[in-house]
Amino acid sequence: MIDDNTVKHVANLAKIEVDEKEIQEFKRDFERIIELFNRLDEIDPDVEPTYNVIPLKNVMREDKPEKSIEREKVLANAKFKEEGYFKGPRVVE
Amino acid sequence: MIAVRKWREKLENEKAYDAISELIETSRKNKYNSYITVTEDLALKQAEEYDKGKRDGKLAGIPVAVKDNISTEGIRTTCASRMLENYIPPFDAHVVERLKQEGAIIIGKTNMDEFGMGTTTETSYFGVVRNPRDDDRVAGGSSGGSASAIAGDETVLALGTDTGGSIRCPSSFTGVYGLKPTYGLVSRYGLIAYANSLEQIGPMASCIDDLGLLLEVIAGKDEKDSTNSGKSFEYSPAEKKFKIGVIKEMKADERVQEVFDEFINSISKFTEVEEVSLPSLAYALPAYYVIAMSEASSNLARYDGVRYGYALESLDSWTNYFSKVRKEGFGKEVKRRIMMGSYALSAGYYGKYYLKALKVRTLVVQDFMRAFHKFDLLISPTMPSTAFRIGELADPVTMYMADINTTPINLAGLPALSMPAGEVNGLPVGVQVIGNHFDENTILSFGRMVERNEV
Repeated sequence: MIDDNTVKHVANLAKIEVDEKEIQEFKRDFERIIELFNRLDEIDPDVEPTYNVIPLKNVMREDKPEKSIEREKVLANAKFKEEGYFKGPRVVE
Repeated sequence: MIAVRKWREKLENEKAYDAISELIETSRKNKYNSYITVTEDLALKQAEEYDKGKRDGKLAGIPVAVKDNISTEGIRTTCASRMLENYIPPFDAHVVERLKQEGAIIIGKTNMDEFGMGTTTETSYFGVVRNPRDDDRVAGGSSGGSASAIAGDETVLALGTDTGGSIRCPSSFTGVYGLKPTYGLVSRYGLIAYANSLEQIGPMASCIDDLGLLLEVIAGKDEKDSTNSGKSFEYSPAEKKFKIGVIKEMKADERVQEVFDEFINSISKFTEVEEVSLPSLAYALPAYYVIAMSEASSNLARYDGVRYGYALESLDSWTNYFSKVRKEGFGKEVKRRIMMGSYALSAGYYGKYYLKALKVRTLVVQDFMRAFHKFDLLISPTMPSTAFRIGELADPVTMYMADINTTPINLAGLPALSMPAGEVNGLPVGVQVIGNHFDENTILSFGRMVERNEV
């Protein structure tokens, strides 16, 4: 069963802040969705998993340098930047 | 609806500039909310160039609407999310590059479910898309805007994307033609990812020939997508006799089933039709949602408000900053899928859900391959019902259930068409035509014969 703590735990894993009202709503939704997932309990197939349907392995291209996108264009969508770099939040508290 | 042939005739008698202006005018009058961004300046400039004699390419002068999860350089690409409301890609997706090379006029970016997560286009941050056949109803999803733009005479061609039915569902609900290509036929470079192992970009149009034309342009080798098969596609419809399997497990509500059965009757006079059972389909829907949500939780981890997308006023500690950006930037359905994916992949559940789902995927592939030993094509109703009323599907799992006939195709990476096959109370019913890997031409050949009543 899904309880408040499970929702909080998963929200923390997914880095999504949730308020009390959302916890209750997601709890109800998650129960229904897990009910759907749990239909898989009915079988235990003895086969290899399929990650990708089309059999491709280590697709390589020639290793030659190509023009990359200009720095200004890449930085254009960022709100916080400094000296040609993205500026992120503090990681070490 | 406007076929390419009709559009070309039109351009013999009037300027592309005027014809494109008329489409844009129509999209404003219609109020279906097909477009998130109408690229009016760009489209009119391209039309002017056409009028001045720049007429090279397979799609010269032909308007194409592009779903708003496909990157367009210099044109905002939102995925219908607040998270990307002001995001301007610094590059074109491979398919957009191809459209430009072939002279297409890009008329706008179409509305969709947020990040492609939905069956009704109701999860769009920019509001629901209305169905041109009945504007109290949804146009389907997630490529709802691409479908309504075609059905509402707001474009000639459109690109959609299909992760679990997102091209075929809106095609079915609005009475247009849509093809989800074989996984790996069309480059996904520049497609903003939701579930990489399932999704493909594909054509939507008003007839079979136009699907063939657009697929020819977008398919083919691209080194920037490592899952690209390197195969190209040449549209070559042929008249022949088909062996067709009707999938026993894919059903619809009573009224849609009647239309479907009638369709089977009409084709069985000229083709060999037989029922076929694919028992693993009983588990395809939960397997699909486990895989799609797991991949979503990983793909959407990139939205942290640092390099692009929704940002807060000031930077905070990383965990507060990321969590708040994602709280405010994502809509409810996207949060649901990310969190359920995180749950399915979390310690202790990986084997129970994700690994099990991938094994079911193997069974689904095996069932389809067995069926294709015997049949050229498999068919079913595309959707279990006609278009829903706006607001009718309040519960997420009820919405997921609507994808019951479309999701197995993505698990198996197969190509599948939805084409109109009749109506229930004036609402279109679509038939799903499934082919073997890279056998798009057989699907389109059959579709073309049905379209021309030659079957």
